[in-house]
Amino acid sequence: MSSDFVSYATPLLLQGLLVTLLVTVLGTILAVVTAFAAGLGRLSQHRFVRWPAAVFVEVFRGTSLVVQMFWFFFALPAFGIQLEPLAAAVLALGLNEGAYAAEIVRGSISSRTAGQNEACIALGMGRALRMRRILIPQSIPAMLPPFGNVMVDLLKNTSLVSLVTVSDLAFRAGFVRNQLGHTTEVFLIILVIYFVLSQVIAFFTKWLERRFALDRQSRSVTKAAGMQPVGAGGT
Amino acid sequence: MISFTNVSKSWGDNQVLRSLDLEVRAGEKVSVIGPSGSGKTTILRILMTLETPDEGLVTVNGETLWDAKPGTTPRETKQMRAARRNVGMVFQQFNLFPHMTALENVTEAPVRVLKMDAAEARERAVDLMELVGLAKHLDHKPPKLSGGQQQRVAIARALAMRPKVMLFDEPTSALDPELIGEVLNVIRELAHSTDMTMLMVTHEMRFAEEISDRVVMFDHGSAVEAGPPHEIFSNPAEERTRQFLRAVLDR
Amino acid sequence: MTWDNAFAWSILPELLGGLWITVQITLAGTAIAMVVGLAVAVIRFSRIPVVSKLFGFYVQFVRGTPLLVQAYIAFFVLPDYGLRFSALATGIVVIGLNYSAYTAEVYRAGISDVPTGQWEAATALSLPMARTWVRIILPQAVRTVVPMLGNYLVQMFKDSAVLFAITVYELMGHALAIGSSSYRYLEPLTIAGALFLLVSYPSSQLIRTLERRLAPSR
Repeated sequence: MSSDFVSYATPLLLQGLLVTLLVTVLGTILAVVTAFAAGLGRLSQHRFVRWPAAVFVEVFRGTSLVVQMFWFFFALPAFGIQLEPLAAAVLALGLNEGAYAAEIVRGSISSRTAGQNEACIALGMGRALRMRRILIPQSIPAMLPPFGNVMVDLLKNTSLVSLVTVSDLAFRAGFVRNQLGHTTEVFLIILVIYFVLSQVIAFFTKWLERRFALDRQSRSVTKAAGMQPVGAGGT
Repeated sequence: MISFTNVSKSWGDNQVLRSLDLEVRAGEKVSVIGPSGSGKTTILRILMTLETPDEGLVTVNGETLWDAKPGTTPRETKQMRAARRNVGMVFQQFNLFPHMTALENVTEAPVRVLKMDAAEARERAVDLMELVGLAKHLDHKPPKLSGGQQQRVAIARALAMRPKVMLFDEPTSALDPELIGEVLNVIRELAHSTDMTMLMVTHEMRFAEEISDRVVMFDHGSAVEAGPPHEIFSNPAEERTRQFLRAVLDR
Repeated sequence: MTWDNAFAWSILPELLGGLWITVQITLAGTAIAMVVGLAVAVIRFSRIPVVSKLFGFYVQFVRGTPLLVQAYIAFFVLPDYGLRFSALATGIVVIGLNYSAYTAEVYRAGISDVPTGQWEAATALSLPMARTWVRIILPQAVRTVVPMLGNYLVQMFKDSAVLFAITVYELMGHALAIGSSSYRYLEPLTIAGALFLLVSYPSSQLIRTLERRLAPSR
């Protein structure tokens, strides 16, 4: 690799990396919000909340993320809404991963033992209070590892935003390659960067899990709830 | 204080309660004994609105808790909630909130449900924790407490809501033998020093004999026999009762 | 400017053609993923000195990097080293190998769920390794493994849309081609999404039922 290549490529790739990180963070925030909204929605007593939540989850899980991203960017204008590429991309990422993660929220809350529910009823606590003060706080430690997986998944999926012209790492790599060749080096470099990032997230998640574990109980609940790694697709 | 009139409940083909009529006077301490699956726990669970009767009338402190007609599904009403507030329950599995300290477990419901002032709730909670002998464990979380200690916290938690009726669902069945005594001591203290109405399902026969005003023998969904402890335990009238006591007491 | 029904109907046949390609990619890719994944899992479990660790790293690396970039590498880099395949073949192999890293984990979990007693009994009966695997261990591992593999199959079906970026002309590729030539993206993209949903939703429901049927015996 010539030093020309290095000096040309490095700033561009760094910019791309920053965009990738930005999209990952924004996407994760939207995904967490969506996951709680949809997950709690599916646990609601009211049918008019449960059903839309279920429909939302199934639609966003069942149609492909790629399609969703392009739809938000290319199809929405037909309704008069023109989104910036970044907005369309983050929206698609957040809603899609959020729909998958809704199952994490739903699963870990409903796997709280019946006994906890009964204790709350015995003490005269209404449903909202029960959720807010007792069930959700207990469920958070169990939710952390799967949410860590969600974040890694999101990181990998950010590469797709390059397809809707967002200048992330993958986009910049393509650009550098077009200008300077060195196809192998460029793509291998970003592959390694993605790998390092995903390992960092995984490590951070394990730390969070240890920090917030209630006790061994929370880990066995995760297993008992039969939660699968979210979103198998590494895109 | 409590009355069951013609209460029935089935789970599928299994008739758990058959047209049960039961009355408990205010301040009375009643123990319910009998084999597993006889329906005794269901009585408590219906009183705590954890289960719905198929048919019958249940009242607490004069207020209607359940008024179930066959074929319809009774729903939760304001009246039911008002009646329920008179009842507290201690569970076999304790069911303490693991993410809160013992003290927080006891203050949570008074503050959130009774809208009690936090400082006042804390004061009362400390008193209750002293009553159950756990004044030194206020800031411990349930996983750090032994089973016996957890159950005593559970009793304090239920008492904090000032119920008129306390239900005990096999309170010592999940405990190691050496921890049973400390919990029974607390319940005994409650029975002797308060005029709270107590309804207890238990396998601890000697204890039931000691503290009860009345003992009810339950089997296959019906009350087989009821009477003062010395009658039931020494000279039961019914054969079924005799059978059961023989099997349980001659271990 | 909103939905044009006539247009929608006119492009449907072409999109269905694209769907068919997607289905083929999914089936072929899953076949690769299942076979390679199994091989990787068995080798990792057998703890052969250097190779197992290598495969372990391979699994972690593939799972930690984006499918899109892996596809780019296969498509752009390999020809530089003399390996020139059709876009479709490349796409199938890439997605197959990508998913093999996930199926390998599924197999591994399924295999380690088989009680150690089974291994010990096989040793006591002097069964050769190959027979132990084929007749004793794998059949028991299957119960856990099958529903999870089903989930990955459905997942791959949706992920295959990525392959349009390396010029594989599947459903997504068709939708975008129609969009760019007619300047109407709403109908092709919406129909493409609907087609994905129409296949994936019933499939995942089926798998959930399968899961429930297989579960009690555990």
